[in-house]
Amino acid sequence: MRTRRGAAGAVLLVLVFLLAFAGPLVSPWGWDETDFTAFRQEPSARHWLGTTQSGRDVFALTLRGARRSLAIGLLAAVLSTGVAAVIGTAAGFAGGALDRALMWGADLLLVLPPFLVVALLAPGGAWPMLVPVLAAFMWMLTAKVVRAMTRSLREREYVLAARFLGVSGPRVIVRHVSPRLASLLAVDASLTVGVAIIAEGGLSYLGLGVRPPDVSLGTLVAEGHGAAATWPAGAAAGLLVLIVLAVNLLGDGLRDVLDPLRDGR
Amino acid sequence: MAGFLVRRLVGRGVLVVLAGSLAYLLAAGVLDPRAEFEGRAPRPPEAVVEARLSALNLSDRVPLASRYRIWARGVLHGDFGRTQEGEPVNAELWRRLGVSLRLSVPGSVIGSVLGVLLGAYAAVRRGQGADRVITAGSYLLLAVPVFVLAALLQMAAATANDAMGVRVFAWVGESTPGEPGAFRGLVDQARHLVLPTATIALAQFALYCRYQRGLMLDVLHADFVRTARARGLRRRRALLRHGLRTALIPMITYFSYASGLLVLSGVFTEKIFGRHGLGEWLVDSITRGDVNAVAAIECAAACAVLPAGLVSDVLSGLLDPRLRAGAAA
Repeated sequence: MRTRRGAAGAVLLVLVFLLAFAGPLVSPWGWDETDFTAFRQEPSARHWLGTTQSGRDVFALTLRGARRSLAIGLLAAVLSTGVAAVIGTAAGFAGGALDRALMWGADLLLVLPPFLVVALLAPGGAWPMLVPVLAAFMWMLTAKVVRAMTRSLREREYVLAARFLGVSGPRVIVRHVSPRLASLLAVDASLTVGVAIIAEGGLSYLGLGVRPPDVSLGTLVAEGHGAAATWPAGAAAGLLVLIVLAVNLLGDGLRDVLDPLRDGR
Repeated sequence: MAGFLVRRLVGRGVLVVLAGSLAYLLAAGVLDPRAEFEGRAPRPPEAVVEARLSALNLSDRVPLASRYRIWARGVLHGDFGRTQEGEPVNAELWRRLGVSLRLSVPGSVIGSVLGVLLGAYAAVRRGQGADRVITAGSYLLLAVPVFVLAALLQMAAATANDAMGVRVFAWVGESTPGEPGAFRGLVDQARHLVLPTATIALAQFALYCRYQRGLMLDVLHADFVRTARARGLRRRRALLRHGLRTALIPMITYFSYASGLLVLSGVFTEKIFGRHGLGEWLVDSITRGDVNAVAAIECAAACAVLPAGLVSDVLSGLLDPRLRAGAAA
């Protein structure tokens, strides 16, 4: 049961990746091409998912949007988990003033509603700029968990032994503390991907994230919403939900496998 | 318990003051109100733009530190300055806060109560049909972004309206203009409230349902629940009095962090359902580069953490006797 869910997520994610990255090879239209003979067409053999009001191929556009969303989500999740790991272990291991300062900073960012600040910082700039901005507001809770784990690991005999043998702090963290954190971080990263993809979609939906002429799933939903034809928005929204679902399933599956203390839920 | 509450309140208060300052500095540093003024047609003369910007404390030629001092002095006197159009921010802030609260409070209360109840129920019925349905439903719902959810609900409501031949659901704005009579007006407002409230409630429901189910599973086989059963309590009573009560404590702490989340789902619901609340104002102000408005909204959102945190402290103090004992000692 517990691995089945993770496996389903992994299969789904692989399929989405295949679709997003191999789809353009078989699609007859490019995402930036305009078919001046077909405006707002229903799906047909010529345009597999129909065309938009301006005559662009919905299939190609949706795949392009999915690639953007996947890239931003994955990069932001990896970055945020990395930041959480570094800050959490540093705070937990060093303790004292550094610990207080770092955790206080995390609290400060938690009080400031992250989405508002991200919306403020995101506009203007190419899509890679979105990655650090999104990551900057997703690391706090994970950092707190990592800190708590590091503090308990610091008192373990094998860590103390390494310390007394004269191994330096950073080396102890890398060699003896971080392996214990690996499963937590892997799970966190995979669950953060879903959050990041939803956040990116939301920002782009509001016109504050990915900007035209570039497209992401969020901008596609925004463009199609309210239009008479539901095809373009429906395809993008469906793919977005599918991606987040796959990532969440995979993350939960990973947690069940890597964290034997928690029974399968 | 009073001492404990005051300590927490002061700690959070300091955080809020800092967060507010940070919000202003970010907004003033990032946004570019000058571009908005210069983009007007016909383009105003340089001197006029500069005079207007200085009057509104928006000029980027004045150092950030002194702009911040002027702003902070105003805020200390309870004045958030003026918007780009020269209107006072305060009046608009209060008006829009009311609009937002009328929408988000019922939605989040319904969503969190339903989520906690169904989550706990699913945990008790673990592995059975009801649990499967609730878990799968919340799982699917969690993968649907708020803006997609709102669009789906709108589509479903439009289909329902067509099918019934009567406009049962309405969703643009807070009320239909020119609806006569106090009672009809009230019914009309409620009709407009259904879809956006459902959007917020469903989004919150999915989250709380999953957390509560996990927490409840942890306490289901805990020693104290077994002890309560051994003492002769019925299963239902043991689970409600001892199980759910313990499982609620971590949830309560979570509520205070969720107030930010509320603003977030408010942004989309307000934008999509055409309600002129804080969230909509934030997006519009960011697009326009209206520094004072953005800073005021972020301050309001940060301040929302104070009452939310206070409520969560009181509730966890009531639920968890150890906290009260710890505060007294």
